[in-house]
Amino acid sequence: MALGDDALVLSHRLGEWAGHAPVLEEEVALANIALDLLGQARVLLSLVGDEDELAYLREERSFRNCQLVEQPNGDFAHTIARQLYFSTYQELLYGQLAVGDGPLAPLAAKAVKEVAYHRDHAEQWTLRLGDGTQESHERIQRGLDALWRFTGELFEPVTGLDLDLTALHDDWITRIASVLTRATLTVPQGASRGAWTAGAGRQGLHTESFGRMLAEMQHLHRSHPGATW
Amino acid sequence: MTTNGTAGGARPESRTGPGEPGPPDAASEAIAGASAGPADWPLWEVFVRSRRGLSHTHAGSLHAPDAEMALRNARDLYTRRSEGISIWVVPSAAISASSPDEKDSFFEPAADKPYRHPTFYEIPDGVQHL
Repeated sequence: MALGDDALVLSHRLGEWAGHAPVLEEEVALANIALDLLGQARVLLSLVGDEDELAYLREERSFRNCQLVEQPNGDFAHTIARQLYFSTYQELLYGQLAVGDGPLAPLAAKAVKEVAYHRDHAEQWTLRLGDGTQESHERIQRGLDALWRFTGELFEPVTGLDLDLTALHDDWITRIASVLTRATLTVPQGASRGAWTAGAGRQGLHTESFGRMLAEMQHLHRSHPGATW
Repeated sequence: MTTNGTAGGARPESRTGPGEPGPPDAASEAIAGASAGPADWPLWEVFVRSRRGLSHTHAGSLHAPDAEMALRNARDLYTRRSEGISIWVVPSAAISASSPDEKDSFFEPAADKPYRHPTFYEIPDGVQHL
């Protein structure tokens, strides 16, 4: 369920870009990623129960997504930083799941190809923004720094997921560092986890903007409960 | 595959650039050989070979800051990420097109010179793949 919530919430955030992306081509790319993620969310949530009920009738405290994905879009660089962190994580995670023989293996095998593309997309933009102008360099670095404290949570154990996530952490750092170095950016300093970092999304504790996001997402379903569509 | 007049910087049927100029940061490095399109997002021509296709076919055009982005955008726009296909992107400025005005002199075969057309041979039965 945690993985499904991750995908659902990030998909919603990316959906907010529709019509607002810097260029038409980017519009298509972000929508594509959002659709991929929504597809993953549907499969993952269907494994737990009714996908619509789970998406529309749960309160904020019942959502298990990590806090990283619920962060507002900010500017384009901010969105790309979030994508880079998360899709790199997803690629590692699904890669692990795909080789296992758990119930998630078939989904992971399919999704790992999608998230590899997402990661590639975020990586391309990180390189461009980081190695672009002074302004873009500052913006992407700001995004990376601001979101850094949400990344530690990604590697906390997830209930119902028999996978050593902490083992993925080193791999993740290596990959992120390699991209950021190529993009002339610096890996944010400071702890990504610990007492002063964020991240209790898996326990249902979310950041402030998440409630507003849910209100918008669930509005129609709550106004007309039980309707078919 | 491209017939006369379909390529070149000023294709009338090409999509015009995005209304809002792209972020200057994204296009800081000008692409050698590509035409400077709107806000340094030049036009690219996309050729796609489908999985069972024999040749790359012109699929359309798009604006992108460089070849790598053009490839990725082309994948989204023109292939919907089907597996096993091949995409070429070419900066539109790199394509030379024949001029429609010279069509007659360029393409009109000299009908009164039949020796130009290999039509005088009898093809023996049983010859395949000809």
